[in-house]
Amino acid sequence: MAEGAVKKEATRDGFGKALLDLGGQNKDVVALSADLTESVRAHWFKEKYPERFVSHGVAEQDMISTAAGLALSGKIPFACTFGVFATGRAWDQIRISVAYMNLNVNIAGSHGGISVGEDGATHQALEEIALMRVIPNMTVVVPSDSEEAYAATKHAAGIPGPVYLRLGRAKVPTLSDSSDFEIGKAKVLTEGDDISIIACGHLVAKAMEAAYQLKSKNIQARVINLHTPKPIDREAIIKAARETGALLTVEEHTIYGGMGSAVAEVVSEECPVPIKMMGIRDVFGRSGSPDELFKHFGLNEEHIIEEAVKLVERKGKKSRC
Amino acid sequence: MKKITDTKELERKAVAIRKDILTMLEKAGSGHTGGSLSIVEILLDLYHRRMNIDVKKHDWKGRDKFILSKGHGCPALYAVLSDMGFFPREELWTLRQIESRLQGHPQLGLPGLEISSGSLGQGLSVANGMAIADRMDGVNAKTYCLMGDGETNEGQVWEAAMTAAHYKLDNVCGIIDYNKLQIDGFCCEVMDLGSYKKKWESFGWYTVETDGHDFEELNKNFNEVLQIKGKPQLIVAHTIKGKGVSFIENKAEWHGVAPKKDELERALLELEEAEKKI
Repeated sequence: MAEGAVKKEATRDGFGKALLDLGGQNKDVVALSADLTESVRAHWFKEKYPERFVSHGVAEQDMISTAAGLALSGKIPFACTFGVFATGRAWDQIRISVAYMNLNVNIAGSHGGISVGEDGATHQALEEIALMRVIPNMTVVVPSDSEEAYAATKHAAGIPGPVYLRLGRAKVPTLSDSSDFEIGKAKVLTEGDDISIIACGHLVAKAMEAAYQLKSKNIQARVINLHTPKPIDREAIIKAARETGALLTVEEHTIYGGMGSAVAEVVSEECPVPIKMMGIRDVFGRSGSPDELFKHFGLNEEHIIEEAVKLVERKGKKSRC
Repeated sequence: MKKITDTKELERKAVAIRKDILTMLEKAGSGHTGGSLSIVEILLDLYHRRMNIDVKKHDWKGRDKFILSKGHGCPALYAVLSDMGFFPREELWTLRQIESRLQGHPQLGLPGLEISSGSLGQGLSVANGMAIADRMDGVNAKTYCLMGDGETNEGQVWEAAMTAAHYKLDNVCGIIDYNKLQIDGFCCEVMDLGSYKKKWESFGWYTVETDGHDFEELNKNFNEVLQIKGKPQLIVAHTIKGKGVSFIENKAEWHGVAPKKDELERALLELEEAEKKI
């Protein structure tokens, strides 16, 4: 893919645009923020609809339970802050004030993954897909580009229960048309029969690039954008396991409990095939530029290619262990 | 359901509610006795003399709302809601059973209930959210939130206290069941609340203290605080944990224990004696 030919925008920007548009379409849409309004791109909504914006200061727990109260009274709240703080500091509020009552509270968690960059470990959310996925009634969406984030935000408002949107800070290429986006429906981006590369978020673009380069090694990879780790598209995963025989999951998140784990849960029950999970392996993030960090944690195209080649070799062997 | 305004009649109702609470708890074999018995007069005042609600049309948008943030006190709330006519009295005796709508801590779905609760410290924030929504919608209603004293150890309560004051939510009224005991013992030993009224005042709340078992006092103080504009209001209700039963009163060990059969019989006898004196 030629650099510069594609539009680059952060997923948080797509969220912010959708929130602004939702504000115009539905007067019940409200936004709350824990002192990170512009960072999560809720400031466009705040400027246009100040009467429907609630500033909480640095108080995530209060923000989440207040959002629950608003939802109980018929509002459609979007609670905005960094993913680490929303899911870490307010986990019990999300569990009890929001998910237990199955309320239409939408949580926009920005600064997901190591692509946050220089702010380092404290601000890089690497565990929140796992933290949100284990709570009953929760939907978890990880958009791969700005357009998808826009579509996901619009859809989230219409889902009666809670939705967690994992958003990113880094600008990423806009890959595809999101007009057919549907929460819970995985998207096959390229067809292939040798292996499936299942990615979410920022790593979908890298998975696409890897698949393109794998052709020269005579490996036809199917790339699946699994933007919704929960509820997971079991059908698409089982089909990929049956038809390609090996799955490589790629995410900017701990491999414990994240999207890769969710895939493994489905496959191990329904159609066991060799799996390799790429992600953060039980360590904290660190400072550095996003490019340096992707290299440091082994999450670039070349790493995906290397693992794909190894996995295809493993698939052919009788003993896969 | 006819609302009661007469003090003597409310006092008799309080005895009847206490009998129901103890009977429910004995049947369930577990539950929170002390903190249920301490909030009976507060609940009766709210449901009979304060709140604008419609039992037949509970989700009416203009209603006043009651949030039981100290969810473990739910036997008292269940008894009052049933007595108001929200659900049949027989259902009280299913408390904590697997098919029951009367869960060990409140779960949304029971008629009359506004929220699920049980994890402490979250109710005041939820109440603020409802009050903000009412303000956005031009609904003139009040949201009441009852908290435990031990519950206010939770930092979120003070986050919510700041939010209500910042937004001048005069449609929020908080009540503290100040019974001075929490699970581990006396509040002043577990985590001293210090000059409690001053704390709330300095957070921007119009705060009064009252005897939480005296209907005349409750009436006077509620009438006073509900006149206040531009500020949220807080009532620090001095109560007795386990109120009404001599051997349960003021004992931390009765926080999360239900009476046994013989204890229930003794308690009911005491309550009947008390009723005769009204």
